[in-house]
Amino acid sequence: MMKTEAVIEPKSTLQPRSVEGRFRNAKTAILVFAYAVFFLLPWLRWERAVGPDQAVLFDIPGRRYYIFDLVMHAQDIFWLTALLFLAAVLLFFVTTLFGRVFCGYFCFQTLWTDAFRFFEKFIQGDRVARLRLDKQPWNAEKILKKGLTHLSWLALALWTGISFALYWGDAFELTTAFFTGTAPSAMYGTAIILMSTTYLTAGWAKEHVCLHMCPYSRFQSVMFDQDTVIVSYDAKRGEGSTGRVKPIKDMRDQQARQSAGHGDCVDCGLCVQVCPTGVDIRKGLQIGCIHCALCIDACDGIMDKQGWERGLIRYTSEHGLEGKKTKVLKLRTVGYGLATLLATIYLVWSIGNSKLLEVTAVQIRSPLFVQLSDGRIQNSFEVKVNNKSMEAGRYQLVIDNFPGAELELGQFSDIQLKPDSSIRILAKIRYTVPPDDTQKNREFQFRLTPLEGKVKESVIIPSHFITP
Amino acid sequence: MATPVKDPLTGAETTGHVWDETLQEFNNPLPRWWLWTFYGTIIFAIVYWIMYPSWPIGKSYLKGVGNEITYKTDAGEEKTTHWNMRALLAHDMQNGESALKQKEYLEKVGAATYEQIAADADMSAFVRSYGVGMFGDNCAACHQSGGQGVVGMYPNLVDDDWLWGGDTQTIETTIRNGRLGYMPAFSKTFDETQLTQVASYVLSLSGEEADAAAVAEGQKIFQGETGGCYMCHTSEGKGMYAQGAANLTDKIWTVANLPAAETTQAKLDAVKAVIHNGVKRQMPVFGKDGRNLSDTEIKVLTAYLQQMSSETAQ
Repeated sequence: MMKTEAVIEPKSTLQPRSVEGRFRNAKTAILVFAYAVFFLLPWLRWERAVGPDQAVLFDIPGRRYYIFDLVMHAQDIFWLTALLFLAAVLLFFVTTLFGRVFCGYFCFQTLWTDAFRFFEKFIQGDRVARLRLDKQPWNAEKILKKGLTHLSWLALALWTGISFALYWGDAFELTTAFFTGTAPSAMYGTAIILMSTTYLTAGWAKEHVCLHMCPYSRFQSVMFDQDTVIVSYDAKRGEGSTGRVKPIKDMRDQQARQSAGHGDCVDCGLCVQVCPTGVDIRKGLQIGCIHCALCIDACDGIMDKQGWERGLIRYTSEHGLEGKKTKVLKLRTVGYGLATLLATIYLVWSIGNSKLLEVTAVQIRSPLFVQLSDGRIQNSFEVKVNNKSMEAGRYQLVIDNFPGAELELGQFSDIQLKPDSSIRILAKIRYTVPPDDTQKNREFQFRLTPLEGKVKESVIIPSHFITP
Repeated sequence: MATPVKDPLTGAETTGHVWDETLQEFNNPLPRWWLWTFYGTIIFAIVYWIMYPSWPIGKSYLKGVGNEITYKTDAGEEKTTHWNMRALLAHDMQNGESALKQKEYLEKVGAATYEQIAADADMSAFVRSYGVGMFGDNCAACHQSGGQGVVGMYPNLVDDDWLWGGDTQTIETTIRNGRLGYMPAFSKTFDETQLTQVASYVLSLSGEEADAAAVAEGQKIFQGETGGCYMCHTSEGKGMYAQGAANLTDKIWTVANLPAAETTQAKLDAVKAVIHNGVKRQMPVFGKDGRNLSDTEIKVLTAYLQQMSSETAQ
């Protein structure tokens, strides 16, 4: 007989019960913090000498990313590569050690679903009330409650979309423009797309995203091993030799239960009811588990009520469950840890050492050289000086290691630059070739010496002088 | 049509069709959201047909609604048409963000004097960027992409030697009205000996090796009425801007290809050939009666040349 799978329903029919406890508090704290950062950061003002007075602004047309006192230019975009690499290895590192904690505590899907369920609970009540509401026919109460819920979801989703868009321009201006209908179409597009995806994934699909869409859940199991700390049900303690049993009649006492061979699990079903993805942790590790530890909170509560020891469900590794030691130092963990460390060091070093004064000298190649009427040879160079600092600067351009050559800069021998700006000048070098010299290619250096400004060190640009 | 059978396991019913006595199929409809998404794509397609050019009708086609694009044609008239990629490109080339910025800069350069352009790094850089394209379109065919010219045919524009003068006013005049460079052929005036003598003198003017006796004779011809060379090239051989006559005393050769000549004899022959055949060169008109470049465009080209050339003394 072929086993048939249920058809994937896009609508989440899970109605998890709310729970109180350590892990729930941690999740709530992270949620509040993450929301505070995401929703409030665009509104934070930040005084700058040049550029916008917004703490975080990704200015695409101006080709600048402003992040507090850091100003990223287009040529710094490789930092993003380093950041993405760091994010990846950090994720692998944490997963190897603690399983899917990212999913359980930090993932956007988890955060927004959590927030949406908070609204749901506030308007419709907890699990039992919601189940009842789902079953009852459509009447005024149901329409009001469901309608309010979806309205609140749509409002949060819209604000999510708008908040995201605010990072790409001035928050105050954009918000005003958005609601007066004068914002750029890109903002409306961004806000509407993000609003609809947020509403659909966090409001309708919910755990289906984790179960069926998320790529990370597909490959997370590759990173687990027997030393990975995961949310585990202590089956030995819970099941005993004759299985779990409800605490009724003479099975209320731990002593009596143990002598009958029953474990500590009282089969209350709370761990299943609170689970946001609807798994039964007592069946062991499964792909649906996102390690949010809400079942630990639920079970600990029951154990406290019974007066028994906590930890029937707890964070531990398979080795730990077997009573062995959990090994932390292994090739895998050390490797990922090292990669994380190196990526962090590189990123910090790279940002710390970013050049605030950039100079390029590109030789004009057509023609490579020109013969002048007095017999001298001339080469021309397009020199670009980019002052990335937030202070004005004055610079002097000279040539090194080229005795007898003359540098001509037209009217720009005194290079003055405003903060965060660049200049392009044409540099001409003239040289009398000694009669017996057959060298066609002479190496020399341009040297840009700052006279005023933030940067004090000279910049050296190697170049070539070509003769016939 | 048999009655539909219900599957005890999934609750799905068969369609009621039966083939080969027993073969039936279950009726498992698509998930509802999938179906609605499919309907959504149909609605999208209909909206798309209405908004954009779509169905062919006879020799014409539906042009879509509410998608007019207005742009200026090359002839300068405004044209409003339905949405299409060409019109969109034309519109963007005239009204896009970069196009407007370029226009703004062009106006700024057009209103500035040459001194102001030369003193402003920003405008100078713009003139170099915009000028290289203008030069490529209008001048590079003869003067080469970098303005280095072709010896014997088209003058080099990036050295410091000018036939007609290198100040901005003159360069502008040259571009606007074109030039006619002419030196008569002396094939009927000089015999072979005289030709050699004059050529030797011309070589000596710019410090090339030449036979001293021939140089002395050549100088007489050059500065006397026999040759009359001095009338244009002046008696010192410095040339004359008014005639477009070359300066013969510097190291730059525009007609006789001396840099390519290896031996003294080859150099002599090269100069002799020029005197013998004369020079007749023409630069076309780029002003109103020719290529019809605008004042601003001529100004950009002039400022570009002013920067790229090596004018030491203005």
